Amino acid sequence: MHLMSSATRLLRRHTTALGLCCLLATPAGAQEPIRIAFIDPQSGTFDATGESAYKVLDFAADYFFNSRGGVLGGRPLEVVALDNKASAADSQLQLRRAISEGMQFVVSGQSSAVASALSTTIERHNSRNPESRVLFINYAAVDPLLTGADCSFWHFRFDAHADMKMEVMTSHIAANPDIRRVYVIGQDYSFGQAVGTAAVTMLAAKRPDIQIVGNELHPIGQVKDFTPYISKIVSSGADAVITGNWGADMVALGRGITDAGLDVPIYTFYAAHDGITGTLGESGKNRIHVVHNDRANPVLNDVRRDFTLAFKAANPALDVTQPRLVNALMMLVAAMEAAGTTDPYDVALAMEDRRLTTMTGEEIWMRADDHQLFAPLNVSVHTNEGVEFDSDNSGYGLVTRFTVPLEDTIAESSCHMTRPTR
Amino acid sequence: MRTLVLWAVFALLLMVLPLIFDSVLGVSILNQMAIAIVFALSYNLLLGQGGMLSFGHAVYFGLGGFLAVHAMLLTETQTLAIPLVLIPLVGGLCGLVAALFIGSFSTGRAGTVFAMISLGVGELLAASSLILVSFFGGERGVSADRTFAPPFFGVDFAQDVQVYFLAAAWLFVSVLGMYLFTRTPAGRLANAVRDNPERAQFLGYSAQRVRFISFVVAGFFAGIAGGLFAVNYEILTAGNLNAASSGQVLLMAYIGGLGVFIGPIIGAVLLTLINSLFNHYTTLWMLYLGLVFVLTVMFLPRGLTGLLMMHRLPWQQGRLGLLIRPYTLTAIPGAVLVLSLIGLLEMSQRETGPFVYLGIPLAPGSAMSWLALLAVAVIAFVALRRTLPGLRAAWAEATAQSPRSLEKGDAT
Amino acid sequence: MADALIFATLNGLVTGMLLFMLASGVTLIFSMMGVLNFAHASFYMLGAYFAFAISQQIGFWPALLLAPVLVGVLGALVERYGLRHVHKSGQVAELVFTFGLAFLIEEAVQLFWGRATQDFRSPAALDFALFTLFGQDFPAWKGFMLCISVSIFIGLYFALTRTRTGIIIQAAITHPQTVANLGHNVPRLFMVVFGVGSALAGLAGVIAGPVLTTFPGMASMLGSIVFVIVVIGGLGSLTGALVASLLIGLLQSWAIASGLGMADLLALLGVSFPPDHALRDLWRLTLPQVAPLLPYLLLVLMLIFRPSGLFGKRES
Repeated sequence: MHLMSSATRLLRRHTTALGLCCLLATPAGAQEPIRIAFIDPQSGTFDATGESAYKVLDFAADYFFNSRGGVLGGRPLEVVALDNKASAADSQLQLRRAISEGMQFVVSGQSSAVASALSTTIERHNSRNPESRVLFINYAAVDPLLTGADCSFWHFRFDAHADMKMEVMTSHIAANPDIRRVYVIGQDYSFGQAVGTAAVTMLAAKRPDIQIVGNELHPIGQVKDFTPYISKIVSSGADAVITGNWGADMVALGRGITDAGLDVPIYTFYAAHDGITGTLGESGKNRIHVVHNDRANPVLNDVRRDFTLAFKAANPALDVTQPRLVNALMMLVAAMEAAGTTDPYDVALAMEDRRLTTMTGEEIWMRADDHQLFAPLNVSVHTNEGVEFDSDNSGYGLVTRFTVPLEDTIAESSCHMTRPTR
Repeated sequence: MRTLVLWAVFALLLMVLPLIFDSVLGVSILNQMAIAIVFALSYNLLLGQGGMLSFGHAVYFGLGGFLAVHAMLLTETQTLAIPLVLIPLVGGLCGLVAALFIGSFSTGRAGTVFAMISLGVGELLAASSLILVSFFGGERGVSADRTFAPPFFGVDFAQDVQVYFLAAAWLFVSVLGMYLFTRTPAGRLANAVRDNPERAQFLGYSAQRVRFISFVVAGFFAGIAGGLFAVNYEILTAGNLNAASSGQVLLMAYIGGLGVFIGPIIGAVLLTLINSLFNHYTTLWMLYLGLVFVLTVMFLPRGLTGLLMMHRLPWQQGRLGLLIRPYTLTAIPGAVLVLSLIGLLEMSQRETGPFVYLGIPLAPGSAMSWLALLAVAVIAFVALRRTLPGLRAAWAEATAQSPRSLEKGDAT
Repeated sequence: MADALIFATLNGLVTGMLLFMLASGVTLIFSMMGVLNFAHASFYMLGAYFAFAISQQIGFWPALLLAPVLVGVLGALVERYGLRHVHKSGQVAELVFTFGLAFLIEEAVQLFWGRATQDFRSPAALDFALFTLFGQDFPAWKGFMLCISVSIFIGLYFALTRTRTGIIIQAAITHPQTVANLGHNVPRLFMVVFGVGSALAGLAGVIAGPVLTTFPGMASMLGSIVFVIVVIGGLGSLTGALVASLLIGLLQSWAIASGLGMADLLALLGVSFPPDHALRDLWRLTLPQVAPLLPYLLLVLMLIFRPSGLFGKRES
């Protein structure tokens, strides 16, 4: 009746096989690997972004660490992809699997809802089972609450949250005297609503003369044809559009705007990569703006250039869509080395207040109060001129026009963290 | 007497399982299985027993779960103090009330109309769940900490294995309850109305009333499953109510087998294992699941238990041994064929680089690997075609009624 | 306001006619065979993907002709080797089979084309604005969509009422046994109707793919709406399907355009509630928010009060 234990053994063997499959031959450490669970959708319709994120993380682990002798005295890093099918319950199951296999680090971020559930689960698990604690690295879930009212000692966020990005976006818009009427449209859930609220408040503070001519929320993932919404945008006389849409909603909205012949700048968070750039193509040129961490073209230093070239060589169909994953990995390893252990409590303490220079040459800082990362924020434009690394092999990509330095992106902390004892 | 022994064995098995599968993952999967079994059995009350195909059964599961998690939340904030062991009952009652309301207008007819209403209601509720944020919590759902409930004989349910015993107890009670229901007149009538509603009505029974009773009981137990989900995962989201969840339970019941009581139990166990473990080996697991499902509907309409039940007659006649050799002769090329096809599909998903399949190193980049697998598949297919007639003949012989059994009046 | 209304009506018409193209296939199939085909929207998706693949090789216009044919053939094969086999296990089994098929097709599409959105565009020849009204362009492609769907309706109407096969099909809707007794090959008729219905779905996919984006979720997005339309219009009636499609298309379009909400209604009644009221979600509801719910609400109401739908000839 040792089904489970033999299954677990089989699991280990296959995990190792899968983990090493696409990569260069790594100098196999006789040492025990440090295993990192990557819990995000790997199947189903959400997989597009999940797959490229996993590949980037996995590649970076080998490129920067395993090929150079490993971590903590020669231990290789191993990234294990665990499919959570974008569901909170499945994320818990995958977390249990990770814990069963002795993993101490969890990386996730595709969905704020899932990240929120994971953060709560990990907090509860760590307090109920102090002998098998795990650390949560959030690389993309931008709900401000995760480092605000719902902050947790075990959660570290490596992306600027929605309010921070809105500050940069609204400053950029405020600096443009030609924009006088702004239309906000977003998906009807916490993130879309947060973007709308922030847009209204922040623009009112920076340019009281700017009129918000529309603040629309549409059902998420349900609108097939945005033309009725576009009609409202047109009749409102807007000269700029703000949206937090992502995925199919972003593609449809972008297409709708260009189909209608509406020639206004569109400010977004996620209008790039994973098929979106390719679909927007010519019609989005110089119109689509993206606010994001991780500087895009032009690439300023060779480390980043070499990494991207190597990644493209190994994965021709994919792009380095989320370099902040690499930043997260680097900071995690730096904290491990500084603490001299993989124990999540010590690593967490070592990560607090840590500064790091990324592969792009930028400096990033993990604030201790709320475990929020601060980094320079960029406003980039979708175009095909001056693009060294394009997206979706389309010839189009993001060119950074405007960068806000780290110090100017710092927002106040609203976190009251209960700090656990050793 | 024999049934009593079976129930005792079932109870014993439930108590012993967490000692065998004692890893964190193992207990977690056992909990998920318990929830799935109750849910699938409740669905079978509708489909298998009552002949009512519902595409919206997850509604009662979800609503029960949401009320349960709100009850847990109220206990957490000390507005109420509901012991955790009663939370599944809260879920069940919510499912019951919802089924009373929705059943009042949807059980008028069976067949396609019922299926369509269930679909409409399901979609309506799933869509509203993102709008009615105070009850459904928006896309983040509603979360509650179960350790704040008043302790049960000193147990605070912080550990998953403690939750397991709570779930196992409710599982036992629910299975027993649903089994007994199928034995009541109402349960028996449900079968009658499924098979021939007109005749049942001529006998004086209202088909609508019978269907309504089944519907409400099914809703109650689905709600209990939802409550168990709330206790185990401490979170409910809109995804628990939607068409995909309803589809999952349909798969469980159908693959397990509709006609027999334990069919959905087998289906639930199998599907839980597939959903939890398979995605670790391959990203194509949903494709395989879909294929298995469609093939089951086409060739095994009575599910896996139906397949097992088919062997009852040969076994009773002592002719089961006849089938062993034909089975092995067909099983080997069959398995090779399936594995080689899976290998081809898996290889198509690996871009370049070495790919170890069942211990054999393959190279997706080289044509040799592809041709080799294809050749193996073709050979296996040819071999299978050779052995299948032998199997058919053996079956015909094994199921041929002998004069002795006909005398005994054993008409199965 | 007037411009928004006009555009909303135009959009509603285009969406409605597209939905009709899908619903017509389901209605035909249901009328003839009593099978509600869950996989119908999947054939729609296959049409879009096939057209995308073909257009990348030999151009869009050949794809417009070839893709529906391919999907139709596939549909006929599904009927011949799948549905017919399952028919003897009962109505429930047929429904479950088509449901499983829908699931399978969605996974198969992801196997062959991956999970990302495909860059399927309308042909350059139709990439201009048909006219501009109040500063907003109406793409020629949408005009083309409208033309095709209207011609389909006219074509179907004539085929069913004026041709011999059409009349036989109409007879088989209400009296399948008699038609078989008269010597017509009813199973083959079934196969043809299923094939034609699927081809219509495929054609809808080719046309809608560039507009509604081609991605693996496109079938589940439209799947349930199509059933709602068929049920509301009346199981078995082509005119009903047309009326219901237009109704749903226009209703959703107007709902979004209006921007009215509970707040307006409450203001009209002079009632107000505090922001943290228990039922605050209801008071904050707006029509655009509930627009996607309206079809399902109509479905449930229709099934309760008039299961045969608006124009239906047959219930189940």
